[in-house]
Amino acid sequence: MPVSNHKLTTQEMARFVADGYLRFDKLIPSEINQNIIREFSLLESNKILQIVGQPPEAGGLQLPASLTPLSECYPPQSFLGQLLNLPEVLGIVESLVGPNPLFDHDFVHRLQAGSEYKQHLHVDAVVDSADPSFDIQLFYFPQDVAPGAGGTRFVPATHLRRTRAEGVGRYQHLLGEQQFSGEAGTLMVFHHGLWHAGQPNPSDVDRWMYKIRLNPRVSQVRQWNMEDFDDIHNDSSDHTFARMRHDSVAQILRSLQPWQKGHEARYEQMQRALVWRYLSNDPGFDVDYYHTRIEQRVRLIEESS
Amino acid sequence: MTKRQQVLYLWLAEGALDTETIGWAFHDGTDGDGPQLPDEEPPYVSGLAALQDGWFLMQSPSPLALHPGTEHEVSYLVNEFIFERRIDI
Repeated sequence: MPVSNHKLTTQEMARFVADGYLRFDKLIPSEINQNIIREFSLLESNKILQIVGQPPEAGGLQLPASLTPLSECYPPQSFLGQLLNLPEVLGIVESLVGPNPLFDHDFVHRLQAGSEYKQHLHVDAVVDSADPSFDIQLFYFPQDVAPGAGGTRFVPATHLRRTRAEGVGRYQHLLGEQQFSGEAGTLMVFHHGLWHAGQPNPSDVDRWMYKIRLNPRVSQVRQWNMEDFDDIHNDSSDHTFARMRHDSVAQILRSLQPWQKGHEARYEQMQRALVWRYLSNDPGFDVDYYHTRIEQRVRLIEESS
Repeated sequence: MTKRQQVLYLWLAEGALDTETIGWAFHDGTDGDGPQLPDEEPPYVSGLAALQDGWFLMQSPSPLALHPGTEHEVSYLVNEFIFERRIDI
């Protein structure tokens, strides 16, 4: 089945913009899940050898360089190459960051059984630019992860908050935070700004997770399955305090997480609207009229001068 | 007898102390010898509830300064209240 058959819908894209992640349970076939850990083990060894200044001679796959197109990162016959070329995976990737994005980096995260290592919440890399474009990070879990057994902790809908990477470590607990657990072959896709943290693994099984960051090389505008776009993409009059739709993109972007209470949440909606303007190439898009109201006044001032 | 400090951060929904708790952090200078937080999540439904349980307010957030062009950005949680209690151990 071609990649185009696996592209995300407009609804799913809007959900990604609202929550900062999507989850696909048991997406990766068991043949890959059962065989890929050997490759991960060598990849992990090579990465560590390289970091400590030794030649990466553990064998196995060669470490790709940043800026390598995704299609050239790993041999297609390798299990990791097969995974990254699955039409189901490429459909998700292409919807969010366009075809053949650039490899930023990847990392094998192995949490040994009994590990007490615990990270503070953080954002990867450095404080981000203010524009609405984004990278994605795939989090792939090749084995079952039981609740509390070292799954990644994350806070839905934190992705549009511009913070320094470690500045969010002060938040020990936020309402609505989640810790991944699920079945083998589950793929999570994060907006690069989503707050997350590694957790201890009190189980008696090593926990493996593979993470890869991808940069778009083309505009991210309307790369997904557009079949439902016209039905749910709303105009700027869709407004909770006037006349609102319950079947629109705006309605999805209005959904709030438990930690998003009070008037502060309105600013969150405004940021989501800016991302959707970019993705949909509709500079007039709005959620609850916040941008439109202000922009009309700006036009008045410009016309009078 | 020695005094040790326990520190509680509460992030509230809005700038008023009696609004809902959305996040929290606890740092325990007694290393577990002093009283612990209630088991509920969140441990206190508001900053006011923490006061009523004996916590003393150390810091209340100032309203955000507005900078032209960034008024609508979101960043760190703005309504950060810090409490302490001093425990004899």
